[in-house]
Amino acid sequence: MKNNTSFLPQEGQARPSRCPDNSAFKQQKLPGWKPQLTVATVLSSFFLTGAFCLSVGVCLILSTNSVREIQIDYSDKCSGCSKLRENSSNWNKECHCSVNFTLKEDILGDVFMYYGLQNFYQNHRRYVISRSDAQLLGQNVNIQKSSCAPFTTYRNGTPMAPCGAIANSMFNDTIDLFYNLNSSVIQVPLLRTGNSWWTDKNVKFRNPKSYNLSSAFAGTARPPYWQKPVYLLDEEDERNNGYINDDFIIWMRVSAFATFRNLYRRVSRIRQFADGLPAGNYTFHISYNFPVTKFKGRKHVILSTVVWSGGNNPFLGIAYVVSGTAATLTGFVITAVHLKLRKKKTYFQK
Amino acid sequence: MALSVDSALHRWRRLGARSPAQSLSESTPLLFSVRDKPKLNLNKWRIVFPNNGRQWKDWKQASTFYSGNRIQTTKYTWFTFLPQNLFEQFHRLGNLYFFFLVVLNLFPRVEVFHREITMLPLIVVLFASMIKDAVEEYRKYQFDKTINFSKTRVYDKEEHAYVERCWKDVRVGDFVQLQCNETIPADILLLYSSDQNGICHLETANLDGETNLKQRQVMMGFSSQNTFFEPEFFQSTIICEVPNNDLNKFKGYMEQPNHERVGFNIESLLLRGCTIRNTEVAIGIVIYAGHETKAMLNNNGPRYKRSKIERRINMDIFLCVGLLFVMCLVGAIGHGIWTGNFSEHPSYDVPDENGNFLSPVLAGFYMFLTMIILLQVLIPISLYVSIELVKLGQIFLIHNDIDLYDEEADLTIQCRALNITEDLGQIQYIFSDKTGTLTENKMVFRRCTVDGIEFSHQENAKRLETHKELDLADEDFAKLQRFTLPPTNIERPATYKQRTMRPLRRCQSARAHFQGHTRNRSLGRRDSNQSQVAFSSTIEKDVTPDNRLLRRVREAALQTETLSSFIHTKTSTTLTDFFLALAICNTVLVSTATEPRQRVTVPPSIKPSGITLEKIHQMFQRLKLASLSQSFSSSQSSSDLGASFSAKNTEEHLAALDCCDNDDVCCASSRGDEFQGKCSTDIGSASLDEVFKSVTSSSLPTDFCYEAESPDEAALVYAAQAYNFTLVSRTPEQVTVRLPQGTLMTFNILYTLGFDSVRKRMSVVVRHPLTKEIVVYTKGADSVIMDLLEDSAKDDISAEKRMKRIKEKTQKHLDCYARDGLRTLCIAKKVLNEDDFQKWANFRREAEAAIDNRDELLMETAQHLETKLTLLGATGIEDRLQDGVPDAIAALREAGIQIWVLTGDKQETAVNIAYSCKLLNQRDTLFTINTANKETCESLLNLTLEEVRKNYEVEKPQRKFFGIIPTSFSASEAPSPEFGLVIDGQTLNVIFQGGLEEKFLALTKHCRSVLCCRSTPLQKSMVVKLVRRQLKVMTLSIGDGANDVSMIQAADVGIGISGQEGMQAVMASDFAISRFKHLKKLLLVHGHWCYARLAKMVIYFFYKNVSYVNLLFWYQFFCGFSGSTMIDYWQMIFFNLLFTSTPPLLFGVLDRDVSADTLLALPELYKNGQNSEIYKPSTFIITMLDAFYQSLICFFVPYLTYKDSDIDVFSFGNPINTISLLTILLHQALEMKTWTLFQLVTMIGSVVFYLVFSLIYNAACVVCNPPTNPYWIMEKQLSDPTFYLLCLITPVIALLPRFFIFALRGTFGASLILKAQQLDKLPKEQKDLEIQKLRLRKQTTSGAPVASSASNDDLDQNASHLCASPFLHPAAAAGSHGDTESQGLSASEVNPPRKRTPEEGYYFFNRWAEEEYTATDSSTRPCSGHYPLVPSRVTTPGQDGGKLTKDNAKNFNHGSHQRSASAVTL
Repeated sequence: MKNNTSFLPQEGQARPSRCPDNSAFKQQKLPGWKPQLTVATVLSSFFLTGAFCLSVGVCLILSTNSVREIQIDYSDKCSGCSKLRENSSNWNKECHCSVNFTLKEDILGDVFMYYGLQNFYQNHRRYVISRSDAQLLGQNVNIQKSSCAPFTTYRNGTPMAPCGAIANSMFNDTIDLFYNLNSSVIQVPLLRTGNSWWTDKNVKFRNPKSYNLSSAFAGTARPPYWQKPVYLLDEEDERNNGYINDDFIIWMRVSAFATFRNLYRRVSRIRQFADGLPAGNYTFHISYNFPVTKFKGRKHVILSTVVWSGGNNPFLGIAYVVSGTAATLTGFVITAVHLKLRKKKTYFQK
Repeated sequence: MALSVDSALHRWRRLGARSPAQSLSESTPLLFSVRDKPKLNLNKWRIVFPNNGRQWKDWKQASTFYSGNRIQTTKYTWFTFLPQNLFEQFHRLGNLYFFFLVVLNLFPRVEVFHREITMLPLIVVLFASMIKDAVEEYRKYQFDKTINFSKTRVYDKEEHAYVERCWKDVRVGDFVQLQCNETIPADILLLYSSDQNGICHLETANLDGETNLKQRQVMMGFSSQNTFFEPEFFQSTIICEVPNNDLNKFKGYMEQPNHERVGFNIESLLLRGCTIRNTEVAIGIVIYAGHETKAMLNNNGPRYKRSKIERRINMDIFLCVGLLFVMCLVGAIGHGIWTGNFSEHPSYDVPDENGNFLSPVLAGFYMFLTMIILLQVLIPISLYVSIELVKLGQIFLIHNDIDLYDEEADLTIQCRALNITEDLGQIQYIFSDKTGTLTENKMVFRRCTVDGIEFSHQENAKRLETHKELDLADEDFAKLQRFTLPPTNIERPATYKQRTMRPLRRCQSARAHFQGHTRNRSLGRRDSNQSQVAFSSTIEKDVTPDNRLLRRVREAALQTETLSSFIHTKTSTTLTDFFLALAICNTVLVSTATEPRQRVTVPPSIKPSGITLEKIHQMFQRLKLASLSQSFSSSQSSSDLGASFSAKNTEEHLAALDCCDNDDVCCASSRGDEFQGKCSTDIGSASLDEVFKSVTSSSLPTDFCYEAESPDEAALVYAAQAYNFTLVSRTPEQVTVRLPQGTLMTFNILYTLGFDSVRKRMSVVVRHPLTKEIVVYTKGADSVIMDLLEDSAKDDISAEKRMKRIKEKTQKHLDCYARDGLRTLCIAKKVLNEDDFQKWANFRREAEAAIDNRDELLMETAQHLETKLTLLGATGIEDRLQDGVPDAIAALREAGIQIWVLTGDKQETAVNIAYSCKLLNQRDTLFTINTANKETCESLLNLTLEEVRKNYEVEKPQRKFFGIIPTSFSASEAPSPEFGLVIDGQTLNVIFQGGLEEKFLALTKHCRSVLCCRSTPLQKSMVVKLVRRQLKVMTLSIGDGANDVSMIQAADVGIGISGQEGMQAVMASDFAISRFKHLKKLLLVHGHWCYARLAKMVIYFFYKNVSYVNLLFWYQFFCGFSGSTMIDYWQMIFFNLLFTSTPPLLFGVLDRDVSADTLLALPELYKNGQNSEIYKPSTFIITMLDAFYQSLICFFVPYLTYKDSDIDVFSFGNPINTISLLTILLHQALEMKTWTLFQLVTMIGSVVFYLVFSLIYNAACVVCNPPTNPYWIMEKQLSDPTFYLLCLITPVIALLPRFFIFALRGTFGASLILKAQQLDKLPKEQKDLEIQKLRLRKQTTSGAPVASSASNDDLDQNASHLCASPFLHPAAAAGSHGDTESQGLSASEVNPPRKRTPEEGYYFFNRWAEEEYTATDSSTRPCSGHYPLVPSRVTTPGQDGGKLTKDNAKNFNHGSHQRSASAVTL
């Protein structure tokens, strides 16, 4: 192939010299910065990193320490209910229970109420894919083609709305918080909306277009595990109903780990609760619908504040502190080695 | 009509169908009778009918069986491209793996990604390769098209004229008319040439790169020369061989209508692709067309080799497969257990479409497959694509290196193999050819011996010396100019031009002449001063004649003047014959400086013979007058004068012989001077000089240029010219020589028996114009010619004695020459009587017409003729060392490369070249093993081995005791006597056949260098293979000629030297360079870089893939081993494909760990690659561990951060993806040693591109990627401080250990590479100083002496004395001792550190091939007492150096030894 070229009938102008260009690129002489691990750079990089990490770590730990959080496991506190839910035939029987707890001190600032699930593998591959984003966007799609199977249609052909295992297994406990102030029980005002991502609520999830919700979902059926159809998720607030129900949206954002929490409500900062939750006795009234015993799971309800760096997980701060310490110590080690070796001849000096 | 076609077919079939049985059974086809036609088989023969009016029917039938002239080098057509290309691509394992994954992903149960996503890599790879192929195909197609549509003139039978046609329409049997400077469209049998002798000149540069003209001749006996060729009258049928790829062989015959057969051979074939030169019109008939032409059949594609790194990669990929298997197994088992844990299926365990659940075992099995898909990237298929790209880049840069550009030849390095660049950095053994590789293959006439008298040509030697300096100065100048002037137009300084005798050089005029034509390529070459093959440089052209010889020649000339009186002394005729043979016995083409390439065929103005005699008389008259009038004292008549000369001559001659006998010094130049003195006083040369000057100036003042096929031929012709035997013109029939007398003598050439490597000689048979004798002049290798000499003249005893003496003398001189490193050729002649010649000529003619075993027959006839020769003399031609060779060899050796020289040359020549190019050091002990016997060979090997080992043991304590050696800088300086091994082809054969390979290798491992002399191409390749296989080392072969091809192919890396001896070596090579010295930069710099770059890149790729894939793997532990991913599929696919692909590629092409200067200054850095220090199993494992660590960090830091939070799957994956991108890029940044703008831009660009892509993708896609919808995740993350905090800390933690180790490594300062990097930063002067220091330290520790330039210098000084000094016989040593002494002293003055005392110098035992010496001189055996077992044994210098050295044994000091050799010959 190569010497093919030489068979070209030699015509035309004289070929220019084959001498390569004497350009920096072609001669591999491009000016370049050659980083060198000299004593100065190495030591300064170690010490600077160390100092930086330590300071950031301290800030993080301090800010994480200001987070107040209370976590209550209620999966066994309503033992009757959990027994009841073990049998799925009792799906339409209601079960309520209440859990009391005491706040020793005020929780100031925005208080978020989460429900937590343990051992619930929302990240299971077949579970994660079992949804139809197009359907949730209000589009009239053939969900048979989506990956919702087997939660697509009933035997009679009625499609499920919403389809898929995620939607089907939606967390459906209702939790209310009551403040017991001097034997009077005040329901803590909780915000049901504004808990999900703005983009989810306004872009990613849309109800089918129709004059009202029930007609929009006409011809569809609720998922098998649900107690009520999707258009009755929030009967009070039209803008929190159907697919754009905040609880639903939050549930549909599948969690990364088997143990997770999802934002359920936020404490509305009005009246007594303008500064947060005051210290005192509280009661959760829980309508216990979500079975967890099947997978040896547990359910929690969590009240927590947040700071700029997230929740009360101190890991990041610790990580910074530890690595900062490590870097500093390494710096010292290298200094020691350097000082020791400098006297020897073999050590090539800059 | 139909009938006639049928009959034609029938005829054709009849011709074709005849079985070859008969012709095969015939022992000699010479006996073919005309009527008894040979039977032809189409499989064996090709029958060509001419395409003219008369035979077109036959032609039509036949031509359908032969391919047309359209060429198609493309692999596919428009329609077959897609399927065929796909088919070919799926032959690759990597693509099959992808395909397997795609198929796997089609099963819903195991599906991980969308089908499109899995297909993407496959499609990308397929598509990329397809585009590459398509572009290549298209270019080939275009190229074919240009060629196919080139025009040529073809005879048209209807129009009865030559009409213009495209090349593609040329058919076998067509008559093609070619004009000067046209390219030949097919393989054409020459039928007519406008040249009156039926010669057509070709330039085969397109075929083999040789620019000299080749002659092609209209086939003998086909004589329509005088009339213009008329195709219509051509009625013969041509029968010849079937197409084959041998460019040098072709045979066939033409059957004329009268059933007469005329044979032809390659001499009549015009090959496709060559260019017609110097011939106005040539007409021929197409024999082979298109793909059946010899050129096309020779046209091989580029070579494919697997490099060492690639072999390692494949191993490691198997490791990766193992790792993948383990990981998948973990996933499968984990999933099985996890599934089995549930007594009841939880709501997140989704059943299949029918609502069924799988059993844990089955689920585990499916999970195994799923995991394969998920973790597929673990097998770095992208690595292969990347490697190919990187190598392309590397080759581009190598190709563009200006230091590897040879101005003279206008050639850059050619990289023919595209995928073994990094092997250049790992070479451990170099096998080099000698001639043309280490030497220039520019032959310079150096000295000669005629009739047993040596003419040492001192002036010539001096001239060569000055030329060397001139060359150097010239080179510097060229270097200066390189950057200021376009190199093609460099004009040498005028002063330089003036210095040479003939200022008007060929090149300049050539350019002027050809400007109008299209001589572009060769023009570029010719422009440069030292031009190539065809055009000898000044150094070759100007031979300064030896005064003594010149005088003798003139005397002889005078005698021949007096031919009338026929005083016929032996010497004079021998001298004349000798130079005549030099001038005639060759195939040199003559052209003049003013009219290049217009060959001089007819001697201008003066017609030979008749006028010549007159001229002789005239001249003689003048001579007489001149002599009388001037200092010529004698008033004898001319005849008497001649007689007296001759008498004197013989006297002298005998005296010289006697002298030589006395002291064995064959090249006694001093004596020669004496003679000169005598001669000059006696003869009064001044007058003679004048006479000759006037004569020569009067006739033919033109400057002749000689174009020879081999450079030594030209050298001889130039040598003859220096003695005024000027070759004036040459045609196939005649050759004209201008004699010293100024007369032109025209010889009729009766036959020319060309040179071949079997006979090792060539002959011309001429008829002497005056005596009408038939003379055979033969020129050839001494070994051959010496055997063919006439045994002894029967007639008289004195003559016989004399002949014998001359023979002995000449042999001695030849040995001298060989030791001197000269190429020797013997010149002989033979006078035939008419009858014998006629007999032989008949025989020859028959042989020429034969078809079947013609070559053997021709050989036989040639051998028949070349017997009973009379020795005329011998010549020594110097093959000069290429410049930069010693330097390159020293550097390569310092780099830890073992260099072997494998040559077909004589032992002595090879050894001397080895010394002069620093391959051997003066202090080295040299072992020579020449034997044909297995037992002796074995015992010799054992013995030598023992000796070597002993020496190594001895060395160690010695170092301690002789701590202080004054010669050198530091303590441990007793340089261990290094060993050299010289072995010849015969011994090699014994070794190979006797199973002694291991011992041989064990010995060679201790040797500094190994020379294999007298080895055949096959042996060369066997040696290379032996070393490569047994020692498992990387080998490199370098050579320039066809005899090196097998060796080049046998080695891991084959390098061809282009431009000297044709293109075969280049064609077989992986890289083609133009000078040996380029090897230094190619290996030390490019090799090192390529290796370092590629090795680092490969390791990085493994690291990258493993560390990224492991992120997914770790996640499996948190998602029930269900095969979930937390990273969006597209971002994951693009991660490898886009975000992290460019920086490593650029890294692989551009990174410079150490600068080129430092690499060249510290060759030791090369050992880094040699020992595979960058990429070895341990590095691989460490990298893997590091990858695991980093992936753990990249996964678990975010995991722990987000644990128990409300993070969702893909929001969790996003920071992980980002973090690992940063980590992977920063890791690369740590590895990178040079940051140029490119690297910086791509590095930052990669991150920016990732961010921008993610932002856009995450904002644009609401439903586009259903299950893993990443909508708005990146945006959300970017507004979260945790994300930034994570992105800061994780890479730091991940890379901290690596950085720490780097820092420690720098602190402990272990590796030389690091030091070199530090050196790079220093300013120039300081750097040089440091390098000097470093090298010194290295020297002292390793003890490997860096051969100082001084040793080379004094070798050069020795050169003139060489015959006398180094290989002396002990007996003779005494005689020449004084000489060596002064030599040694003068050298020590020049070079104080290497001081040596005369007592210690030059003791030699030479038991070379000359058995008679060992027989006669018992003095060689005085010391056998040391090793009584072996009769002739290894001698360690000094220790048992015989009587002479025994006195000095106590002072014996290894360090100060001169060259020493131990030879063992049996």
